[in-house]
Amino acid sequence: MTHSTGSVSACLPIHSDLDLVRVRQHVRQMTAQLGFRLVEQTKLVTAASELARNALIHGGGGQMECTPVSSSGGVQGLRLVFSDQGPGIADLDQALSDGYTSGEGLGMGLGGARRLVHEFSIDSRRGVGTTVTVTSWTSRPPRPREAP
Amino acid sequence: MPEQQAAEHQTNPVEEVEAFLRRRREQIAQRWADATLFRTVFTVSRDEAVEAGRTVVEALAAVAASGRVEDAEADGFAVVREQLARTAHSRARAGATLAQISAEMDALRPLVTDLLLDELSEAPAEHLRECTTALTVLMGTLRLVMLETTTIAGQELINRQRLELLEIATPVIKLWEGIVAVPLIGTLDSARSQVVMETLLDAVVEQHARIAILDITGVPTVDSLVAQHLMKTVAAARLMGAECIVSGIRPAIAQTIVHLGIDLSSVLTRASLADALAYALQQQGAHIVPNPASTVEAR
Repeated sequence: MTHSTGSVSACLPIHSDLDLVRVRQHVRQMTAQLGFRLVEQTKLVTAASELARNALIHGGGGQMECTPVSSSGGVQGLRLVFSDQGPGIADLDQALSDGYTSGEGLGMGLGGARRLVHEFSIDSRRGVGTTVTVTSWTSRPPRPREAP
Repeated sequence: MPEQQAAEHQTNPVEEVEAFLRRRREQIAQRWADATLFRTVFTVSRDEAVEAGRTVVEALAAVAASGRVEDAEADGFAVVREQLARTAHSRARAGATLAQISAEMDALRPLVTDLLLDELSEAPAEHLRECTTALTVLMGTLRLVMLETTTIAGQELINRQRLELLEIATPVIKLWEGIVAVPLIGTLDSARSQVVMETLLDAVVEQHARIAILDITGVPTVDSLVAQHLMKTVAAARLMGAECIVSGIRPAIAQTIVHLGIDLSSVLTRASLADALAYALQQQGAHIVPNPASTVEAR
């Protein structure tokens, strides 16, 4: 999908539990401003909470970039980029599968976050870090027609 | 500074400042006692403020003696650090901002430099300038030390309030004989959920509760960690023989939990606290009979 990207509206550090609260509040505020419905607001805030906590716990801290975007059809959206310089994820498929956890959590964070947003991409390199990019739209964009 | 000029005065500016501070200790302390910073902290007696001022002047002289006027870590400051911390703490508690405390600290400087200027009015301009600079730098370092302790005091205040909030924010309410409720408000992080679990389990024992209701109406975000905390609390209550109901699940939260993929089927849930209470009363064998008179009124 083609969309114009605005400049990064905010870059929040993720280094403590308190930062997680700030991340959630910021995303909540942004989604409300952009006109997301309450359900979509809650979903994106929850996804942000999961991804920010992953960056904190597994990546040893990082940051979140928050950018309002708009699609070619004029639909408003919000893109969040979580990045850390942690050890990276050894097996992405395993990490994305439900119930798998390298810590003490439920193992629903990464896979759950993917289901809570419209677009999800992850880039992880061993020893370099992990970057997760998610985007949600105020109204669900039409799905590209599947090949017959 | 030209060599011969230094030789003329036999002293370098920092030593001169040290001597000045020791000589004028009493006078400086008296002047400071009337400054805002000392006046607002030592409210009981002026003598106390003067005494505190003397200690600070002595510390400054000690720092000057060591020649490290620019060093906030200089040993001379060690003796006043605690006193400065208490002063800063007292001002912060009274609602002063960091900028205000800094300004009040800065207001002490002219009270000393004016004295120095008076005393050295006969000295050559070059020497006078250097002495004033040394004293100004020293007072600037003192301000830095003070602000450092203020920041630490502020951090301690935040930590204490955080602990207090943990205690306050988790009341256990007895709704009925054998029914208790915990209204959760705000972020349910690991520390808070630990407190919630402990207070709830204590209440189960004390109130002989058979049913405990965890109301999450006031929890803005239920992510996997919050859900995990809830499930652990429910499991612990169950081990103690109490049935746990999670209430206050709003429509948006319910949909989010489903998408997140968390299985809460092992937990008894209700949409509102009222529903949870109705269920709990029913379990207790209590029947709520509507008053026929009020039903007629309503029609």
